[in-house]
Amino acid sequence: MAQAFFGGVHPNDMKAATNEKAIEQLAPPAQVVIPMSMHFGAPCTPTVNVGDYVKVGQKIGEFHGLGAPIHASVSGKVIAVEPRPYSMGGDMMAVVIENDFKNELSEEVKAPENPDSLTPEQMVELVKNAGIVGMGGATFPTHVKISGGIGKVDTVIINGAECEPYITGDHRTMLERPEQIIGGAIYLAKMFGVDKVVIGVEENKQNGIESLNKVIAEKHAPVVVEPLHCRYPQGGEKQLCQAITGKQVPPGGLPSNIGCAVFNINTTCAIFRAITQGMPVVNKIVTVSGSGVIDPKNIECPIGTPVKNLFDACGGLKDGTYKLIMGGPMMGMAQYTAEVPVGKGTGAMLAFCEDEEQTVENPQCIRCGRCVAACPMHLEPLMLYQYASKNMFDELNEANLMDCMECGACTYICPARMHLTHMFKIGKQKLKDKMAADKAKQAAAQKKEA
Amino acid sequence: MTDYKNLKLIATSSPHIRAAENTKSIMLDVIISLVPALAIAIYYFGWRALSVTCFSVIGCIFWEWLYRKLMKKPQSIADLSAVVTGILIAFVCPVQVGYWQIFIGDFFAIVFVKQLFGGIGKNFLNPALAARAFMLASWASTMTTWIDPAKSKAAMFGSNADVVTAATPLSYMKGDDIVTTFNNLKDTYSAMDMFLGKVGGSLGEVSALMLILGGCYLLVRKVITWHIPVCYIGTVALLTLLFPRGNDPIEWMVYNVFGGGLLLGAFFMATDYSSSPITAKGQAIYGIGCGLFTVFIRYFGSYNEGVCYSIMVMNCFAALIDRSVKPARFGVVKSDKKEAAAK
Repeated sequence: MAQAFFGGVHPNDMKAATNEKAIEQLAPPAQVVIPMSMHFGAPCTPTVNVGDYVKVGQKIGEFHGLGAPIHASVSGKVIAVEPRPYSMGGDMMAVVIENDFKNELSEEVKAPENPDSLTPEQMVELVKNAGIVGMGGATFPTHVKISGGIGKVDTVIINGAECEPYITGDHRTMLERPEQIIGGAIYLAKMFGVDKVVIGVEENKQNGIESLNKVIAEKHAPVVVEPLHCRYPQGGEKQLCQAITGKQVPPGGLPSNIGCAVFNINTTCAIFRAITQGMPVVNKIVTVSGSGVIDPKNIECPIGTPVKNLFDACGGLKDGTYKLIMGGPMMGMAQYTAEVPVGKGTGAMLAFCEDEEQTVENPQCIRCGRCVAACPMHLEPLMLYQYASKNMFDELNEANLMDCMECGACTYICPARMHLTHMFKIGKQKLKDKMAADKAKQAAAQKKEA
Repeated sequence: MTDYKNLKLIATSSPHIRAAENTKSIMLDVIISLVPALAIAIYYFGWRALSVTCFSVIGCIFWEWLYRKLMKKPQSIADLSAVVTGILIAFVCPVQVGYWQIFIGDFFAIVFVKQLFGGIGKNFLNPALAARAFMLASWASTMTTWIDPAKSKAAMFGSNADVVTAATPLSYMKGDDIVTTFNNLKDTYSAMDMFLGKVGGSLGEVSALMLILGGCYLLVRKVITWHIPVCYIGTVALLTLLFPRGNDPIEWMVYNVFGGGLLLGAFFMATDYSSSPITAKGQAIYGIGCGLFTVFIRYFGSYNEGVCYSIMVMNCFAALIDRSVKPARFGVVKSDKKEAAAK
């Protein structure tokens, strides 16, 4: 029985362009640009200098507080340590490595002697040293999620929903590397001390489900595959927990509040490689697709590869390409240059040349209520839009604007083509600023009184 | 090879794709769903049904265009919402209504009810129903004279003074001796006549079959959800079944559901986006409210028909319903809420 959550939309999945194409290895790029921020948290500090020789897997960035270390993805000479354009907009400190094409593995990469006898703490340490973050796009440091969840979590969920249109990287991984997924899932079960791991997969990946089930049967693994309805945002952490356990994550809370921990398919593979081989995150599978790409593909490339190399490997871009999106079409970031590098959370690189957007001038809400029916967080987007556009902060707070996870379902479905999600992003920032200003004012008033 | 340096890129906020459906396609669906009812009106009342409808559509487009032109606002006639209003105004008038009367009704609906409140999505009353109420108050006799489709057709131009008139089914269901008049009604119009539309009444309201057909089209195309029509019609059916005034509760209920503008109102008027609630639960409450008022007016009011006013009354409640019926916040379970209330 396929599971469900409230709301959501059914965009055309557009996956046929790439879901039957095996993952290709990219010809080694001449240069990689590795940004020091590829995770949720403060950027890393570079630990190498211009002129240093680095090898694959060598640590080149150290994290502070919340974060994960960063490693060299090719061997060669560091030719620059400077701010470069990156995917979140603007510039970010980056280590630029000139590839010597020797692909030498660093001595720092050491496989544990007996991976199966490691304690949970040792495994978490390996995950931390490997620089693993949520590879679905959220890029939350995985070791923090695991160590914070041990003892609280009774349901470990692997996220194979892949609900964003176009993206098929996780699907291909299920078909080509199921043993890594199941292997990683077994280690996750050991770390959390649970006797079962659930893999949620949308029903449109039937062969992926079969492929996983085959390996589960062979290994007698404590893993079950749960088919999910094809509906966006099925792969949202909160929606996935709801679909699988029937429980809802409380407002402002984390899945661990209801005893869940969610890991992406490729994060799970990275955990497997870290624990069995000591291998850090240096490669990423990227779906290169969209109407502007001549020959869409799934490509595995070193982290830090400029995205133009990916497009070149797919035959280049069509004339009239007007938009490059890093990530899926629903939540991805539009890029202003093809120089930006692939990061740990880059699951897709899309190029559009047709009229995907369909914007209208002077959009007028017709109050149809489709956004209310689509919102997986049970909000009323049309009301929030009015409040946000008029800076009505009390009303925004009361209407739970901060619950919005910017999934874009309301904007996608809106027949009037309103820019709802965009308004909410601005509104959230304004609301945060307002609350901070109010707090400061209050503190100042108290000081005066004292 | 692609020249990456000279790409002309735009960087806008996500999401980057949109569903195919837009305001215009929704309005087009509504227009399509009204075609069967228009066809049967032409068949029973004559070509004047078509000319009145077309004239009303042109009138609505004209007023909307003129208002926005004079007020120097961006033109909005391309969204087809004025066309829908035009058709619906014609549908709630008797077929022999004067063209100039329709034209003034169009003016009231478009300018007073819709544009003065800010245009599409901002009107709190259904424009077509408000126009009907306005026209009924202005020309009470024209708006309550009905042609008997079995005996004559309306002339497209010129006087319609010599047509054979008929009473609407609902007028038989009122008065001091309802049991007798209701029996007379059953002799005049069979249930099948009511179903097909061979009765006296407003242009677009007569045929239950065609209205249900159009309503189902809207449901299938997901232009409307079932909540409003089902709750509305269900409430009327239930109340008339429980408190019949004729001798047979089932027949009384059937004549009440098929008679008057109930189906037209429930599928096409009460479901108007801008004047109805936005949540499913709110829509259910709103539908039930419409049903209650309709039966109250039909039973206790001085009008034979209650659909028009009951929807307009509930239109006024829509904002209140929206304010009080909110979706349950994600992650807050009912028991938590009770605990919070207890604290």
